[in-house]
Amino acid sequence: MTADELTMSASAPILEVNEVSVALAGRQILDQVSFGVAAGEFTGLIGPNGAGKTTLLRVILGLQRPGSGTVSALGRHGSLRRQPIGYVPQKVLLDPDLPMRARDLVALGADGDRYGLRLPSRQRNDAVREMLHAVDADRFADARVGTLSGGEQQRVLIAQALISRPRLLLLDEPLANLDLRASQEIVRLLARIAREQQIAVLLSAHEMNPLLPVLDRVVYLAAGHAASGTVDQVITTETLSALYGQRVEVLRVHGRVLVVAGEQAATEAD
Amino acid sequence: MHAVYSAIFEPGFFASPQVHVAATIGGLVAIVSAVTGVFTVMRGQSFGGHALGDVSAAGGAGALLVGLSPVAGFVGLGIVGAGVMDTIGVRRLRGRDLATGIVLGTAIGLSALFLHLTTTTGATTGATQQVLFGSIFTAPAGIVPVVAALGVVALVAIGVVYRPLQLTTVSPDVAAARGIPVRLIGLAYMLALAVSVGLSSLAIGAILSTALLIGPAAVALRLTRRTGRAIGLACLIGVVMTWLGILLAYDSFYWGTSRQSLPVSFFIVALVFASYLATGLPAVRRTVR
Repeated sequence: MTADELTMSASAPILEVNEVSVALAGRQILDQVSFGVAAGEFTGLIGPNGAGKTTLLRVILGLQRPGSGTVSALGRHGSLRRQPIGYVPQKVLLDPDLPMRARDLVALGADGDRYGLRLPSRQRNDAVREMLHAVDADRFADARVGTLSGGEQQRVLIAQALISRPRLLLLDEPLANLDLRASQEIVRLLARIAREQQIAVLLSAHEMNPLLPVLDRVVYLAAGHAASGTVDQVITTETLSALYGQRVEVLRVHGRVLVVAGEQAATEAD
Repeated sequence: MHAVYSAIFEPGFFASPQVHVAATIGGLVAIVSAVTGVFTVMRGQSFGGHALGDVSAAGGAGALLVGLSPVAGFVGLGIVGAGVMDTIGVRRLRGRDLATGIVLGTAIGLSALFLHLTTTTGATTGATQQVLFGSIFTAPAGIVPVVAALGVVALVAIGVVYRPLQLTTVSPDVAAARGIPVRLIGLAYMLALAVSVGLSSLAIGAILSTALLIGPAAVALRLTRRTGRAIGLACLIGVVMTWLGILLAYDSFYWGTSRQSLPVSFFIVALVFASYLATGLPAVRRTVR
C-alpha cells in the first residue's frame, strides 16, 4: 500500500501535504512526502532523530520553502502564515530571570503580532485565564515562566499556541525532555483538547509508545520517506521495511511497539 | 539640620546651570538606556551593547577629529555599526557573537587612531577623557533638545515593536510562524540600541555606556516578573542612580582639600554596581519577590 492510498477520505482534510521534497545543504531531507490530516484528528509524526520531522513541520508552517510539492492547510494553498496554525517549537529556552509570568507568555500568543503598546483588556485577560485553565496551569499562572518545570512550561506554551483559536496545532517533540509521568499528562491533555475543541493535532516524536493510546493516525518518517495511516496499517514489518529500505522488525510486547533493525533498536521503547 | 542639608547638597548645587544641563541629559539618557536595556538583557545581547559602545567611541573620536559635534559621531557611527552587526551576524547565536567581537575590535582600533590624531594634531585637549568617560558636566545646553529628540526616536521605536519584540525574544520560531518579520524587528531594536548607547556615550562615556544600559535593567529583572514593570523599575533606578552620581560628583569638589571633582561616570557606575550587588543578596530577593 502506498502513502496516498492510506490517506483518509472520510472527513475533509484540514492539512494536505503533497509530494513535498526538501534538500538542505545538498542532502535530501524529505523525498516526495504526502499525507493528510482531518479536523479533530490526533496524528503522530513519528520517526528516528534526523528523519526530517522538524523540517516537515517548518514546511507546513511556511518557515521552510519546499524544493517541490505543495502544502495546503485549511483548504487554502500558498502562504500559510496568516492562517491560524498553533505551533509549539522544539526548543524554547526560557531564562529563569525572564521577566514574564506564565500568563504574560500566553497573552503574547493572543496579541504578540500586534504593533504598539498593549492596552488593558478584560477580554484578553479572560481568554488568557480560560486557556491556562484548559491546560491545567492555573496554579502557576503568576510564576515566572523560566522557573517552571519542563512539563509546566510545555503546558504554558500549548496555551500560548491555543489562544489564537487555531484549528490545527503543531507540536515539535513536546515530550522530548519530559519524564514518563509528565509525558503522559501532556498526551492526555492534548487528546482532550483535540476532542473538546475539535482541533487537529500533529505532534512529532521519536518515541511513539506514550502516544499509542490516543493516536488516531500516524505519519511515519524514515530516510526521507513517509507512510501514513492508522497505527495498525503503518507500524508493520512490511511498511516500515519498505520505508527504511532495509529489513526492520516490528515487535509488539505488552501493548508496546518496538521497531528493531537487525540486532539494534531503531526506535527504542521505554 | 541645615548643616546636614548643606553637607548633602553642597553650595550652589541647585542653582548651577551645569547641574541643570547634566541632570536633564542624565535623566533622558538613563530612561532611554533602561528601556532598551531591559530588552538587551532579555535577549542576552549585553556583549552587542558593549560593542556598540566601542563603535560609538570611534564615532565620537572621529567627529572630534573633523570638528563635528561628538553626539553626531556617537549616534551616527553607532547606527552604522548596528547595521553592520545585523548584516554580518547571521541569526545563529555563534555567528552573532563572532560578528560582535570583530566589530568591537575594529572599533577600538579606530578609536585609538582617531584619538591619537585628535590629541596630537588638534587643539582639543581632553578628547580621550571626553569620548571614553563622558562629558555630562561640560555638555552645552544647546545639546539638550538633540538628546531629547534622539531619545524620543529610540523610545517610539521600542514602543512600536513592543509586543513582537517580546515574542521574537522568547521564541523566534513562533514569531516567524505568526508572520512577524523577525529580522526587521531585531533591526529596529538594534537601531534603538545604537541611539541609546550613543546618547549614553555623551553622558557617561562610550566605554561606560554598558553599565547604564545593563545595570538598572539587570537589577529590575531581579525585582519583578513582569516586563512592563521591569522597564518602569529600570527607568527609576537608572534616573535615581544618575542623579545621585551627579550630586556626589558635584559634592566631591568640596571633599578633602584638593578642590577637584571626581568623575561623575565613576559615581554612576559604582551606584549601579552597588544596587546590583544589593539586590543579589538572597534576603533582599526573597522579600521583594
